[in-house]
Amino acid sequence: MKEPVLEIKDFCVDYGLGDQGVQAVRDVTLTLHRGEVLGLAGESGSGKSTLAYGVTRLLPPPGVISGGSVVYHPPNGDSYDVMALNDAELRAFRWAETSIVFQGAMNSLNPVHKVSTQMLDVIRAHEPGLTPQARTARAQEMLKLVGISADRMDAYPHQLSGGMRQRVMIGMALVLEPQIVIMDEPTTALDVVMQRQILAQLVELRERLGFSVLFITHDLSLLVEFSDRIAIMYGGRIVEEARSADLYKDSLHPYSEGLLKSFPALRGPRRELAGIPGSPPDLRGMPSGCSFHPRCPHAFDRCSAEIPVLGVPSARNDPDRSVACWLPGRVPVG
Amino acid sequence: MKFLLQRIAFYLFTAWAALTINFFIPRMIPGDPVTSLINKFQGQMSTEAINSLYVLFGLDKDASLWGQYVDYWGQVFRGDLGLSFTFFPTPVADILGQSLPWTIALVGITTFASFMIGTSLGVLAGWRRGSWLDGLLPVTTFLSSIPYFWLGLLAITLLAGPGSIFPSSGGYEPGLVPSWNGEFIGSAIQHSLLPAVTILISSVSGWILSMRNMMVTVASEDYITVAHAKGLPERRVMVSYAARNALLPNVSGFALSLGFIVGGTLLVEIVFSYPGIGYNLFQAVGAKDYPLMQGIFLVITLSVLVANLMADIAYLLLDPRTRKEG
Repeated sequence: MKEPVLEIKDFCVDYGLGDQGVQAVRDVTLTLHRGEVLGLAGESGSGKSTLAYGVTRLLPPPGVISGGSVVYHPPNGDSYDVMALNDAELRAFRWAETSIVFQGAMNSLNPVHKVSTQMLDVIRAHEPGLTPQARTARAQEMLKLVGISADRMDAYPHQLSGGMRQRVMIGMALVLEPQIVIMDEPTTALDVVMQRQILAQLVELRERLGFSVLFITHDLSLLVEFSDRIAIMYGGRIVEEARSADLYKDSLHPYSEGLLKSFPALRGPRRELAGIPGSPPDLRGMPSGCSFHPRCPHAFDRCSAEIPVLGVPSARNDPDRSVACWLPGRVPVG
Repeated sequence: MKFLLQRIAFYLFTAWAALTINFFIPRMIPGDPVTSLINKFQGQMSTEAINSLYVLFGLDKDASLWGQYVDYWGQVFRGDLGLSFTFFPTPVADILGQSLPWTIALVGITTFASFMIGTSLGVLAGWRRGSWLDGLLPVTTFLSSIPYFWLGLLAITLLAGPGSIFPSSGGYEPGLVPSWNGEFIGSAIQHSLLPAVTILISSVSGWILSMRNMMVTVASEDYITVAHAKGLPERRVMVSYAARNALLPNVSGFALSLGFIVGGTLLVEIVFSYPGIGYNLFQAVGAKDYPLMQGIFLVITLSVLVANLMADIAYLLLDPRTRKEG
């Protein structure tokens, strides 16, 4: 049986308060299991990154978490709600349990400090008992794992290439051996060759160190290849969740289908490439009912009236799948 | 290292240019110092005395311009800046030697204090944006918008006067002889309080404002979010990630303001009749004392150049991106 490591329940994030506030993430329920790679895909503005920042309580103002819980299950010890931690507990939780590799590989490192300074200070903050030698040894070992030689420890960020910087960031994310690594478009700024190398390395490291990954990207093709399960986000909600192979072969939500049709398959019969017409919804004026219905080719009356609930589709009796759609066969049983 | 040598060479060239201009400008001004000195003695001078004065001031009519220029450089290197008219026959170098320490002590210490206080307040105000510290900004900006001489006069009118502990003018009690004893130093500190506080009030807001705004800019950088995500203590994120990076423009501003310590104190020293170099300049201008003016300009030029060099070095030390790979 799969063991959960992070359970996000009914999670909501607003930007701004009161009437001006927009709901960027709404009622997201998502479970990350131990050792798996969970992909989170969606267009820009669908709330993927906001979800990641919200879960780690790193939202910059005016972002506000307006509801929900994020329960973390440590490998040994009691589970706790990340939202209920006080400042000191939160600091201890960050990086040691959940680390993040951010979107901007170029700007994630402080330009005026050496790589070593930035790797060592996080070890010192979380494991003050370690000797300086042990800290340096740990940092060097991690860098070696991500393919950076030890003599680059004394380099400044501007002396490294983009790919090297992102490797350093991944090494830094793993240096405390966290249970969860959140990757927010970690390879978007890199060329495809470097993307592939880094991701392959990441998969290998995951097998060795056994962490779970929440992988956020707009590139569904990448997820199909590298992740175990995929959740698709649209307009702040999860609209479909399934094992990657199932989603690729048999997507149930029209939006997932649209995303899959927007990139070519390398093998198999040739198929028509089709984008999704229209543009992502304006968060200030969300369409009524299913937020995808104005762009959906299959929309009918019910779609604009009621918000579909995420649940196991009646047509596929598979507890690992869920979809939020009113189309026949996709409505949850019961 | 190569970069540093390049900078030094550049500043040496600038210094040469400044000194050369300093040589030519007084010679292009109509009239000459000897004439004004003759006027001062109301014509009661013999022709020989006048001729020897011309030689003394390096204005020997027989010497060519080039010869004068060479002589001038020789004098500069010997520290011989000529004789002052107002304090005739005291050498300019002696006058500068007396007044420079006053200016450097008063304005140097206050500039440094103003930078430290302003920058620290700016760091806090920028970090806790929207807190009560932001209320400090309009107040200090208002204070700094008051013309300095007005602030000084106001301070004298309100705080100095009979029975007050704040003297209204001078650098020390008139009866005392300058020396390193407690009485004299105490008196000097007492005399410097009002000028120091007024300088501080009028200059601190610039540092607060620039530091706060840089902090706000830097706080939205990705590496600050990363530092938070790393679970580092708040203080470390504020000091070593945010303030460390936000400080860079302020440091060069500080080094430049060091250069203006010598030149920018004219109003302070006039208002408080402080025996510094700015007061000397004021007297020199009033008395058409060319050698003294020339000497003061020389000191100002050199101190600005040295401050610039220090700014370059500080930047080199603080920002690794400016270091060229050797």
